[in-house]
Amino acid sequence: MKPNAMLFAAAALAFSLSPVGAESVLKIRPFGDLKQIDPIVTSDYMVRNHGYMVYDTLFAMDEKLEIKPQMVESYEISADNMTYTFRLRDGLKFHNGAAVVANDVVASLKRWGKKDGLGQTLIAKTAKLEAVDDKTVRLVLAEPWGLVLDALGKPSSNVPFIMPASIAATPADQSITDPVGSGPFIMKKDEWVPGAKIVYVRNPNYTPRADAPSGLAGAKIAKVDRVEWHYIPDAQTALNALQAGEIDILEEIPPDLLPVIRSVKDIKIVRQDSLGAQAVFRMNTIQPPFNNQKIRQAVSYMINQKTFLSAYIDDPAQITECPSFYMCASPYKTDAGWPKPDMAKAKQLIAESGYDGTPVVILHAQESGPTNTFSLVAAQVMREIGLKVDAQAMDWGTLVGRRASKAPTSQGGWSLFISAPTGADMMEPVGHLALRSNCDKAWFGWPCDETIEKLRAEFAVTVDIEKRKKLAEQIQLRAVETVPYWPIGQISLMRAQSARVDGVLNAAIPVYWNISKK
Amino acid sequence: MIGFAAKRIAATAPVLVLVAVFVFLLLRLAPGDPAAIIAGEQATPEQILAIRQKLGLDAPLLSQFASWIGQLALGDLGQSIFSGLPVSELIAQRLQPTLMLAMATIIFAVLIAIPLGVIAAKRAGSLIDRMTMAGAVLGFSTPVFVIAFLLVYIFALSFRLFPTQGYVPLEQGVLASLHSLVLPALALSWTYIALIARVTRAAVLDVLQEDYVRTAHAKGLSEARIMSRHVLKNAAAPVITVIGIGLAALLGGVVVTETVFSIPGLGRLTADAILRRDYPVVQALILLFSVVYVLANLIVDLSYGLVDPRVRA
Repeated sequence: MKPNAMLFAAAALAFSLSPVGAESVLKIRPFGDLKQIDPIVTSDYMVRNHGYMVYDTLFAMDEKLEIKPQMVESYEISADNMTYTFRLRDGLKFHNGAAVVANDVVASLKRWGKKDGLGQTLIAKTAKLEAVDDKTVRLVLAEPWGLVLDALGKPSSNVPFIMPASIAATPADQSITDPVGSGPFIMKKDEWVPGAKIVYVRNPNYTPRADAPSGLAGAKIAKVDRVEWHYIPDAQTALNALQAGEIDILEEIPPDLLPVIRSVKDIKIVRQDSLGAQAVFRMNTIQPPFNNQKIRQAVSYMINQKTFLSAYIDDPAQITECPSFYMCASPYKTDAGWPKPDMAKAKQLIAESGYDGTPVVILHAQESGPTNTFSLVAAQVMREIGLKVDAQAMDWGTLVGRRASKAPTSQGGWSLFISAPTGADMMEPVGHLALRSNCDKAWFGWPCDETIEKLRAEFAVTVDIEKRKKLAEQIQLRAVETVPYWPIGQISLMRAQSARVDGVLNAAIPVYWNISKK
Repeated sequence: MIGFAAKRIAATAPVLVLVAVFVFLLLRLAPGDPAAIIAGEQATPEQILAIRQKLGLDAPLLSQFASWIGQLALGDLGQSIFSGLPVSELIAQRLQPTLMLAMATIIFAVLIAIPLGVIAAKRAGSLIDRMTMAGAVLGFSTPVFVIAFLLVYIFALSFRLFPTQGYVPLEQGVLASLHSLVLPALALSWTYIALIARVTRAAVLDVLQEDYVRTAHAKGLSEARIMSRHVLKNAAAPVITVIGIGLAALLGGVVVTETVFSIPGLGRLTADAILRRDYPVVQALILLFSVVYVLANLIVDLSYGLVDPRVRA
């Protein structure tokens, strides 16, 4: 036998000896690696997505972005909007077989309330959070607050997942090690290879809701026996694996691979989540030059969303120019006060600002697609309006470390970074990541504005949706003046999936229940 | 021979100590903060500071170093800052794929390169020789990832003979495991085949011109006996050196190969840990790689003693 023939024969034999299971397995290439398993200690999106596999939530956001009961069967709100009573559904069980009781809910919400921004506000405004009986939880507010259900149903980090009380007793600054939840899947911790593979199996004891699945709400039915997340860092390798049928779904496709994938038979490209991401031009408002409001206003005239977005993706279906701080899918979206791009005006504002030539230090993370492209475009247009630019190339890990520094740029500080947080974090004024202007407590860049904070506080206690919209508009009008950041536009994250896969939900977060394989 | 080995082993200790100090300092001096990465997108500076304090990263460098060395002395490599899993467990999970890949690569390289080098030397100036040497130049100058993607395109995507990526552990079947390693090992061995073939050709060519080879021919010894008893044994030293150095250099090559083929080995663990600033994992891995490097050199040195008694003196 010739050597080649021997090789092929060995390969064929090896194929025949490969283990073949009867169970249905859905293989996903997630966008990142699962670094740890505690969705409360960290706001990392991969940990959040893991949370949706193994935990359940009291409320959840449906396809229409409305908050619906999930673990809750029914709830009542007192006439004065101060007391909320939640009754849990029948049949809720943790993966260890124990029933989910009200004490678990109370302990989980208290732990979440120590870490999450919205959770902290909820707990601060709560006079009493108690288990009335095994099935009933009562929350009594100390002062009016209109966002209780929005907080309990918030789709993104940190999500108020419900854990067993014994696990939720872990201090909020210490990671849990036991992934037991009551969600539709069970994590096989013994098969977890950090940096490579995470395995979930169907939770046979999960009782889904009767209503149809919709977004993150409704029936969560695990239609496959096993879900495997295979972390494949190289996108081209992942695409090869998808083409060869080794994986079924590939998350977050880099735009340069899209034309290649479109030409492949039996692979579909679909939106990864219903909201997408908002790319943000985030300035350090406590250090020169962006501590000067006029220079920040110049940026608001300088940014032409179309120029930035089309430099990254040449596909109108995946980019949205959105003249608003809120996502265009948000009920609070408004174009009130939004300036038209105007380079002449930007140059004029720079001239009026008394700019002294302090360079704009860009934290330029090169390995991240949108961040890299937008940083390059930003550097160029800033030069055009007369700003000096010092673009410092680095990896994302360095950027994340550097942006926490409040030091002057000459001492390791920074002026600008570009990121693309999920749309779920940019929907409304209270939970908005980048609009918060509460100084030291704000997101990196630390904008400080009493008016915005007052309006946000008023928004939080307002129940009427029309009044809320009016407040959101006022916040935008003020933010156009103070410029805590500037949106570069919206990007739709795309995923590729095999034609064998069916039932992928259009949700704010990529989730893997309801999916079957032919 | 035992004394020679003991001396060489004793000489490695200071190397490892220096590596430990350098790795520790380099990581701390490099930009980036694991606490900020753990805290995530929404964290406040206070939350990041709290995590830093909890991890002991706010302690003076000297005290952090003393604590790490103390742990090491007790055989404890520490815990991953991110997953919380013991570093020894993470390394154990990743050791098999890398070892298998390295072994398969070296075996491929030696089995292909030495016969090629010998044939090229024996037929110096012939078409085979020139083709072998041209192939060697190509092997040197083509990056591993180019070879890897070509192999994947041909053998995995077009002919569907091998998987495009991934590693099947030995426990799931030896043949299946070897099957998953064919393309990565071929891609990684490309450079080593070129290197070993060239060195073998040069070494054999040198020995073939020695007087004792001419004498052996004059005595009427068979070609096979001359090659095995006189030529290959005397040409072995540079070939062993290059295989040894190649084995150590493989550790660098596996990072790219493991990434391209998504093999969950030590190379990818290193790359991921560096990007995340997972200090305990990076420190343990660099130390481990240093030990392997030092051991590979030690084995090469000792093998000189075996093939050439003059080295032992």
